[in-house]
Amino acid sequence: MKAVSTIEGRAIPLGLKNIDTDVIIPAHWLKTVSREGLGEGAFETIRATPGNPFDVEDFAQAPILIAGDNFGCGSSREHAAWAMLDMGLAAVIAPSFSDIFAGNAFKNGILAVELPQEHVDRLLEVAKEQPITIDLENQVVTTPFQDRFAFEIDPFRKRCLLEGLDEIGLTLGSESAITQHEQTRGGALPWLDKPQRREAA
Amino acid sequence: MGNTPRTLYEKIWDQHVVEQRDDGTCLLYIDRHLVHEVTSPQAFDALRLAGRQVRRPDLTLAVPDHNLPTTPRVAADGSRLPIEDAQSAAQLAALERNAPGFGIDYIDAVAPEQGIVHVVGPEQGFSLPGATIVCGDSHTAAHGGIGALAFGIGTSEVEHVLATQTLQLRRSKSMEVRVDGALGPGVTPKDLILHIIGVIGTAGGTGHVIEYRGEVFRKMSVEGRLTVCNMSIEGGARAGLIAPDDIVFDYLRGRPYAPRGDDWDRAVAWWRSLVTDDGAVFDKSVVIDAADIEPTVSWGTSPEDVVPVGGTVPEPASFADPSKQEAARKSLDYMGLEPGMRIEDIAVENVFIGSCTNSRIEDLRAAAQVLEGRTKALNVRWAIVVPGSGLVKRAAEAEGLDRIFTDAGFEWREPGCSACLAMNPDKVPPGERCASTSNRNFVGRQGPGARTHLVSPAMAAAAAVTGRLADVRKLPLAKRTVADH
Repeated sequence: MKAVSTIEGRAIPLGLKNIDTDVIIPAHWLKTVSREGLGEGAFETIRATPGNPFDVEDFAQAPILIAGDNFGCGSSREHAAWAMLDMGLAAVIAPSFSDIFAGNAFKNGILAVELPQEHVDRLLEVAKEQPITIDLENQVVTTPFQDRFAFEIDPFRKRCLLEGLDEIGLTLGSESAITQHEQTRGGALPWLDKPQRREAA
Repeated sequence: MGNTPRTLYEKIWDQHVVEQRDDGTCLLYIDRHLVHEVTSPQAFDALRLAGRQVRRPDLTLAVPDHNLPTTPRVAADGSRLPIEDAQSAAQLAALERNAPGFGIDYIDAVAPEQGIVHVVGPEQGFSLPGATIVCGDSHTAAHGGIGALAFGIGTSEVEHVLATQTLQLRRSKSMEVRVDGALGPGVTPKDLILHIIGVIGTAGGTGHVIEYRGEVFRKMSVEGRLTVCNMSIEGGARAGLIAPDDIVFDYLRGRPYAPRGDDWDRAVAWWRSLVTDDGAVFDKSVVIDAADIEPTVSWGTSPEDVVPVGGTVPEPASFADPSKQEAARKSLDYMGLEPGMRIEDIAVENVFIGSCTNSRIEDLRAAAQVLEGRTKALNVRWAIVVPGSGLVKRAAEAEGLDRIFTDAGFEWREPGCSACLAMNPDKVPPGERCASTSNRNFVGRQGPGARTHLVSPAMAAAAAVTGRLADVRKLPLAKRTVADH
C-alpha cells in the first residue's frame, strides 16, 4: 500500500445520503478481471444527470469527495473503491460509512473520514469555493477559513496508512500463532478443521 | 471472560481469536471461505504476483453464480454452450482456472450442485454452526441462519483470507432484534425482514452484528432463517445470526461436507452451547411484535422504504428528517409513483422469483401454491423463476412445481444470481416495474432505469396473477396444495 499523510485540494460537494455501491459503480462494470479503468463507470447514474457536481470544471481531479450519511452501503464490491481511486479520489468525508466500504477504502489507501453532520454541512459550503486539507497524522480537517474539525480513526488503520504497510505481510508475521490455533482447534473441533466431502446420506 | 455472560456472537468471536493486538485489533481465524467469479480474480492475480499460496484450499469452495446466463448451458449433444458476453465468459474462465490451479474444490457451471453461493454453502453442509464464514459478497450474512458468524468481504480481504486464513478485524457491537408472537397467515420471513429494516433503517445495524431472537425464529425453518439473515446487510449489519437448534441440525445431517459419526455427535454437543447466556448484554435492542407485521412491499429505492401491502405510497413531507424528505422525492420520481397512491393499484410488467434471499425450495413451494391453477396477467410481460441451485431445481421438478410455473406463464431457468443484480442477460427494461423476491431496490439494480418492488415469493406470485402489487391473503389457494411437505 502507498503511504498516506496529508490530502489537500478541492472537494466535490456531493452531500447525498445512502450512496450505495450500485451507485458508485453499477454491476455491469464488475465483469472485469482487473482493478484498473473503473473510473469511467464511477457514479455513472449521477454523472448522467445535468448539473451534477462531477461536471463542474473546478472539481476535475479533485482528491476529496464529501457525502451524506451511510456512504457505501450495499454490496461488498471493492470495485467501488477501485473506481474512486481511478477517478483520482484519495479521501471521502461523510457522517457515517457502511462497515464493508470503510474496510475496502482503507485497503486501497482511501481515507474515509467520519465527521458529525454539522461539520460535514460546513465543509459542503466551503468546498464550493475553496480547497480543504485532511491531515491524517494529526487527525484534523482544516479549511482556509480556520475551521479545524478533529476526527477519530482506528489506530491500526492509521498506522497502516501512514506507513503504507502490507497487511498480508503483517499477518504472515503471525504465522506461528495461526498454526498453533489450527492445531488446537484441530484437536477440539476436528470436523471444523478438516472438512471431508462425502456422498449425501 | 470465564463467567461473564456472553452473547452468541461473542462466543463465536472469542473462539476464533488467534491474536489480539494492543490496539484492540484481532486476528480472526476463518473456518470457511466461499469464492465466486466476480470478486476473486484480482485476489488470485495478487497472490500469483506475490508468489503466495492459498493457505487452506481445503477450507475454500468455489462456485460461479453472478455472471452465468440462466438459459440452458448444455447443447443437445451434451457439449457446453458458449457464453456470449465476452467479459462474463473471461471472468468465469478465470475462476475455472484459478480454483483448481490453487487446489480449491470447484463446482462448475454444469454440475448439479451449482447454484448461488449462499444457497450452495448450507445445502452442501460446507457452512456449519459456530463457524466463521466469509465470501466476497455482502449477502454472506445469510449463513448466519444456521448459527454461523458469516459476513461479506472485499477483494483485498478475499486475498488476505486466501493467503492467511485469517482477517484483521475489530469486534463489532452486538444488537438484538427480538420478535415474539407468531407471523400471521400469508406473512413470511421475507415480510418480517423487510419490516425489520423499515423499523431500524438501512444504517440501523451499522457497526453491529444482529442476533435475531424470540419465538418467531425458534419456529422458523432453515430456509426462512437464511432469508432473514441474508438481508441483515440491508439494515447495515455486516452479519446477522440465529442460535442453532434441532431444526438446523436436522437440516444439516447427512449433507456432503457435514461431519459424520462420532464427529457429528461431538459437533452437535458443541453447537448446543452456542446460545446467548442469560444476563448477557446487547449494545442495542429492538423489540417487535409479530402480530404487527403484514405482507410488506418496498415503494422506493432503499430497502428501508417499505409499507404494508394495504397501505399507500407515502408523502415525502411525512418524514421528519429533511434529508429523508428529499430522498423520498427523488425515489418517487425514479419509481414513477405519486404520493397517496394505493400500493395495490401499482401495475407490474415483470416478476422475478429468485436470488440468494428467496430461491430455496420452500420459496418455490410458496409461490407455486399461489400460482397453481392460475396464469399470469396479460400486462405481465416477463415472469421468471430462477432456482437457487441445481439441487433446488431438481427437487422442485420432482414435486411438479416447474409445471405449475410454466403453466402459469413463467420461464423456468437455470440457477444463478440473475435479475437480482442484472450482471447476466436477465434485466428489467428501463422504466418498467418488477415485483422481485431479491434484496435490493437500488437505482439501476435490476438494469438501468428498472423499478424494483421487493416482495416475498408468495407476493411475487400474487403480483404475477393480478398484474399489480396484490395482497396474497385475498387470493384463495387451490385445494390441492403443494405446500404440504
